[in-house]
Amino acid sequence: MKSAVLVFPGINRERDMARTIRLISGAEPAMVWHTEKELPVGCDLVVIPGGFSYGDYLRCGAIAARSPIMEAVRGHAAKGGLTLGVCNGFQILCEAGLLPGVLMRNENLRFICRDVYLRVERSDTPFTRGYNAGQVIRVPVAHGEGNYIADGETIARLEGGGRVIFRYASPDGMIDPNWNHNGAINAIAGIVSERGNVLGMMPHPENHVESAVGPTDGRGLFAGLVEALEKAA
Amino acid sequence: MAGTSPAMTEETLIPNETPITPALIAEHGLKADEYQRILDLIGREPTLTELGIFSAMWNEHCSYKSSKVHLRGLPTSGPHVIQGPGENAGVIDIGDGLACVFKMESHNHPSYIEPYQGAATGVGGILRDVFTMGARPVACLNALSFGDPRHPKTRHLVAGVVAGIGGYGNSFGVPTVGGSVCFHASYDGNCLVNAMAVGIAAKDQIFYSAASGVHMPIVYLGSKTGRDGIHGASMASAEFGEDSEEKRPTVQVGDPFSEKLLLEACLEIMAKGCVIAIQDMGAAGLTSSSTEMGAKGDLGVTLDLDQVPCREEGMSAYEMMLSESQERMLMVLKPEKEKEAESVFRKWGLDFALVGETTASKRFIVRHRGEIMADLPIKELGSEAPVYHRPFVQMSKPPVIDAASVPAPESIADVLETLIATPDLCSKRWVWEQYDHIILGNTVQRPGGDAAVVRVQDGPKGLALTTDVTPRYCEADPFEGGKQAVAECWRNLTAVGARPLAVTDNLNFGNPERPEIMGQFVGCVRGIGEACKALDFPVVSGNVSLHNETNGRAILPTPSIGGVGLLDDFTQSATLAFKRAGEEILAVGETIGWLGQSMFLREICGREEGAPPPVDLVEERENGDFVRALIRDGTATAVHDLSDGGLAVALAEMAMASGIGAALSEAPVDIPAHAYWFGEDQARYLVTVPAAQAQAVIERAQAVGVLATSIGVTGGEALALPGEPLLTLKALTERFEGWLPHYMAGGL
Repeated sequence: MKSAVLVFPGINRERDMARTIRLISGAEPAMVWHTEKELPVGCDLVVIPGGFSYGDYLRCGAIAARSPIMEAVRGHAAKGGLTLGVCNGFQILCEAGLLPGVLMRNENLRFICRDVYLRVERSDTPFTRGYNAGQVIRVPVAHGEGNYIADGETIARLEGGGRVIFRYASPDGMIDPNWNHNGAINAIAGIVSERGNVLGMMPHPENHVESAVGPTDGRGLFAGLVEALEKAA
Repeated sequence: MAGTSPAMTEETLIPNETPITPALIAEHGLKADEYQRILDLIGREPTLTELGIFSAMWNEHCSYKSSKVHLRGLPTSGPHVIQGPGENAGVIDIGDGLACVFKMESHNHPSYIEPYQGAATGVGGILRDVFTMGARPVACLNALSFGDPRHPKTRHLVAGVVAGIGGYGNSFGVPTVGGSVCFHASYDGNCLVNAMAVGIAAKDQIFYSAASGVHMPIVYLGSKTGRDGIHGASMASAEFGEDSEEKRPTVQVGDPFSEKLLLEACLEIMAKGCVIAIQDMGAAGLTSSSTEMGAKGDLGVTLDLDQVPCREEGMSAYEMMLSESQERMLMVLKPEKEKEAESVFRKWGLDFALVGETTASKRFIVRHRGEIMADLPIKELGSEAPVYHRPFVQMSKPPVIDAASVPAPESIADVLETLIATPDLCSKRWVWEQYDHIILGNTVQRPGGDAAVVRVQDGPKGLALTTDVTPRYCEADPFEGGKQAVAECWRNLTAVGARPLAVTDNLNFGNPERPEIMGQFVGCVRGIGEACKALDFPVVSGNVSLHNETNGRAILPTPSIGGVGLLDDFTQSATLAFKRAGEEILAVGETIGWLGQSMFLREICGREEGAPPPVDLVEERENGDFVRALIRDGTATAVHDLSDGGLAVALAEMAMASGIGAALSEAPVDIPAHAYWFGEDQARYLVTVPAAQAQAVIERAQAVGVLATSIGVTGGEALALPGEPLLTLKALTERFEGWLPHYMAGGL
């Protein structure tokens, strides 16, 4: 796996992401500064990590989405290249037009950091092949603006196309407002692009990969990506 | 550049356009005798800018003029201490070529006036103190004290302070892993926000503030200077009255985004070997940072204010010297590396300006628009600040309350249900879920335990972190209360299996000009010193916040103690949750049922009375060492320190954390049941061990002179207190978790 982790000013989970990729793939990701115009040659996975790019000033992800490197990311995605945006990365992908919809402030208007449960809706994507469809995984969230919304037509298209990959759920996999901490429509936690090669998600699978530190349900996503890329190669 | 101009003499000083009147002097917080001291020191009337500089340097916040003589009694050295008090933060050796850099600091006054920004900049300031020394911040904690929940302002302050702490730390990218929240009417007009930051640095890459070398470039880095925070340090050195709201313009505004960039840029140029000395601009901004760098290095400093990046036009020298705009640094750079450093800062989009140089003169010279605005002896600015031996009285000790004289409640179970849903003992989840406590991927023990545990880099070591103080004990008996704050901190670190290494202290008190307040201060500091000596737990950094009172009403004395401990293997840390059913619960330490100043007495009987529990430091040490050994050899399966609310509350916490209940034995016949279950005797822990090993552990304790007693067995889904109705964990948890969210939603 040859991955690139993008770094915008104010991004702050790039180290967490890089460590996880190293831990699971055994390969060091390239850290790519936002002013670069090209991705490293042969890069097969682009990751936009979490944080507060440009301080979340203006609108989450809005300024980063217009950085020079994002042109290269668009090109990468257009060619079917795998692209993962987590938390602020999801917001940036939405602002860049690579995914539909927006992330609004959490319903209770507060930042929330806690472990949540996600129901994995499909296992036939490169991002979720490490899980079973319907499996419930425990991963942390840490955001103030993770409340996903889009217009009715877009939601219908997402749902109809099976593009909702992760949903907030109860520990036994039920969709329940009490387990949807940010109020996202249809409990949406993660979606993919029409072609299925771009995933945006609010939770942080990269923070749940080491048994010595806590739960390890996030491993499946990265292990699955490694497998998918090996198979493709 | 400034240094190329001819030698300055006082004749070239600008004439005073603003007359220095007694009223102006008073407005600067300087007393008449302090002003006379200035005249004697410089031999002439100061300029307005100079007066501002003196007021910034000689206020309580910066000069420690009331506290200094007493702080000298604290132990500050030890085998692992690399840097004690006096630098931006304390530094201790944690092995493997690494050092832990940490400090706690208050931002009380600004947080009361403008809770979000006050708390946010408190976090920003303490983070800067840590990365200024070359450390990457790895954790934050905070100790918060608010007024009575029924006070009309309390809810607003809690919401604002918590959002501000989260707003800054979350964006900066450091996990906020622990702390404390308490409520008491004495904080109604003066909340406390004590923020602690912890960083890791290479032991041989620590950076200090002392400049060295003559004609070295002094560089200004970070955000631009604005008119915010002017006189912030002076504000923090006075009491509040009815006009506290009007002080809002003196509160600074934080920008965590800039701070994150500043962190990365600073660490990058440090790694490139560009930096000779570095000092962050905190209280008293440019004034304090530049004079400190010069004075510590035995050098003069000349500043050229025309070069200072300003946010607003037409700023005067006075305003620039006193601004407390955030996210700014001052550095002395190696001249040959200046360009390299500049390119790093440009890359991060930060201001970089050559604003002065070091000189051999030992004068502090400030130039602006072709004129000299200040010309002062640099060392004396700090060293000649007034030092007060303020009069103090120590109040007579309150009587010891005989537990038998305290009426027994009808039901122990009812009391427990009530206590765990009181403001001080309820779950603080509502608070810490607003803090990103997992970023960086190293948080091994999250908030809610005795101490947070954070993995050091990739391990195997771990740091244990906590903040502690019991203000009601400190008020009743400052000396015992000071001891207790340290002992509880040491105990909390021990309870997760760490070896306690060192502390930072944040001493919050009322007006030191009142002898009874000074008596509290002196007593607490002596108690802290005594406990730190006995436990080999030196104080390596700290902060003093006096004048915490409104309209003459002081806060409870609140010396917050932030402790750092070390685990050789972070995977061996102990947690408070019961692990499995059928294990024996042992109480380590002696229970006599001390009810004076207990939560039981306050919350159930409505009495804030009596002597607080005495702290036997020898016993603390013996019991703690015993518990730590049990954790280290894997015998202890769960550990919890005993503090507020005593045995019953601790048992409930262990059960709720695990979902496993417990059946408890009868209280000993010689102790009233309520004193046994809710007494707050010190030096105690609860430990669970496999039932088969319980007897051996009790004997092992006996062999080293430690009392360990079996008090019950884990199991079931309820807490079964003898002769009491079952307390289901579900119901207990609802009460424990319910109070704070309910309150913050407007209920009470």
